[in-house]
Amino acid sequence: MGNTIVNMKNVSFHYGSRQALSNINFQIKQGDFTGLVGPNGGGKTTLIKLILGLEKPTAGEITIFDTPVQKYKQKSKIGYVSQKANSFNRGFPATVAEVVAMGLTAKLGYFKRLSKEDKRKIKQAIEQVGMAEYTHENIGNLSGGQQQRIFIARALVSEPELIILDEPTVGVDAENVEKFFDLLHELNKQNITLLLVTHDIGTMTQHANQIVCLNKTLHFHGKPSSFQSLSKEQLSDYYGHPLNLVTHQH
Amino acid sequence: MLANFLEYEFLRNTFFTGIIIGIIAPLLGTFVVVRRLSLLADALSHVTLAGIAFGLLMEKKTGSPFFTPFYSGVGFSVIGSVLIERLRSVYKAFQELSIPIILSAGVGLSVIFISLANGFNTDLYNYLFGSVSAVSRQDLYSIIIIAVIVCVVIFLFYKELFLLSFDEEHANVTGIHGKAIHFIFILLKALVIAASIRIVGVLLVSSLMTLPVAASIRIAKGFKQTIIYAIIYGETAVILGLISGYYLEIPPGGTIVMLLIILLILTIISKNVTNRLKERKHRANNEVIE
Repeated sequence: MGNTIVNMKNVSFHYGSRQALSNINFQIKQGDFTGLVGPNGGGKTTLIKLILGLEKPTAGEITIFDTPVQKYKQKSKIGYVSQKANSFNRGFPATVAEVVAMGLTAKLGYFKRLSKEDKRKIKQAIEQVGMAEYTHENIGNLSGGQQQRIFIARALVSEPELIILDEPTVGVDAENVEKFFDLLHELNKQNITLLLVTHDIGTMTQHANQIVCLNKTLHFHGKPSSFQSLSKEQLSDYYGHPLNLVTHQH
Repeated sequence: MLANFLEYEFLRNTFFTGIIIGIIAPLLGTFVVVRRLSLLADALSHVTLAGIAFGLLMEKKTGSPFFTPFYSGVGFSVIGSVLIERLRSVYKAFQELSIPIILSAGVGLSVIFISLANGFNTDLYNYLFGSVSAVSRQDLYSIIIIAVIVCVVIFLFYKELFLLSFDEEHANVTGIHGKAIHFIFILLKALVIAASIRIVGVLLVSSLMTLPVAASIRIAKGFKQTIIYAIIYGETAVILGLISGYYLEIPPGGTIVMLLIILLILTIISKNVTNRLKERKHRANNEVIE
């Protein structure tokens, strides 16, 4: 197995007096494709905020690349594609190339401008997600699925080792969801570690190599095949309500 | 027509000021518009009016050179922009509430200062609607300094300001100091408003920041192009507006803004026409294929 990229030890988190996460333990290793599932309000987004260092755990310890998360400064090694990427201002006048260039902002640091090498990286990232012909198109003119590819390119351009995606396929039609997962699969093959929050358990179990099921506490952590073989009662128990698991068989 | 503008010093000052604000107002305006803060510029301009009224009052009462209307206008504008940000975080669910609160506070203060000074007549009229003859050499120097600050800061923080405008959450995730950058941005906004008021007046200053962008956004591809087209629109309207305002004896605020409105309407119409032509061509091509 590869190096540990994310390590959570006995992590708990409270919003005021409300407990959002309790005693979470799990690891993400290099090359993993982790699917993070669980009911709404189960703490998935909170967990991601903790990993990104946007919130501090109330108890426990999180390390990123073996460094405590609050001290971790090399943010460009982590790419982030948010849920909100779907609800940005669609009229915003920015070309695909300009949006992808944003991914280099933090890595470059203040007062530095894009070099030729950076521009090459931007071009390459756009090609990698198969959107080269739209490079100079306004982002608002693209479809939801295409926009989501551009946001992946924005995450890729800083050459991250870990990409975190928070429900990236919300509002994307079924056919494009499939293509989107194919793209993630490609990236994963290039040894990029992926952490994906999703509702689409069926598609997830096909692509991921580990599933984490979260509802305030960690209910399941293991291989997709053992997640699929859970009984309906067990799943309903984890989710706190009955759940129909849709599986895609090919 | 330009000869007069270059011959007399007061007109020359106005002309150079016009050229400068024709650049910096749309430049900053692009960031203001895409962040959906257009109306905040309006609120700020009214606070600036209160500052100007305060400066006029102090000038009249004390004769002190430290209280010129220009400097107190800049001061009030900066304080107003800080207060707007505070209010926006107090009313998170009703962020637009900060606009009427600050706007009415600005107008209220202005009325009080104006009546304390028993009215200012022409001076105040010039501040409300702009003037071709109101720019002193001192004002021009201050405006040049403001323009240099605005351009340098935007050049240095371009990529951070751009990211922050597009996606504030992502900016914070990547570890950019969003709050500090945003603060710098609102200070710039206050400075640009104070600089522009001499020529276009309090009531119309926000239009010089927003209308060129409204036109440019219709036709531009990408952010940089939006800025460039906005500056071209702004500059065209300012130069033609100043000249026509002078010859028609109308405050330039009125002529500049109406020119911008005309440019905006022409842009919208021509964009619609070209879109329709494209569609027709597309349809014709499809029919040929079928």
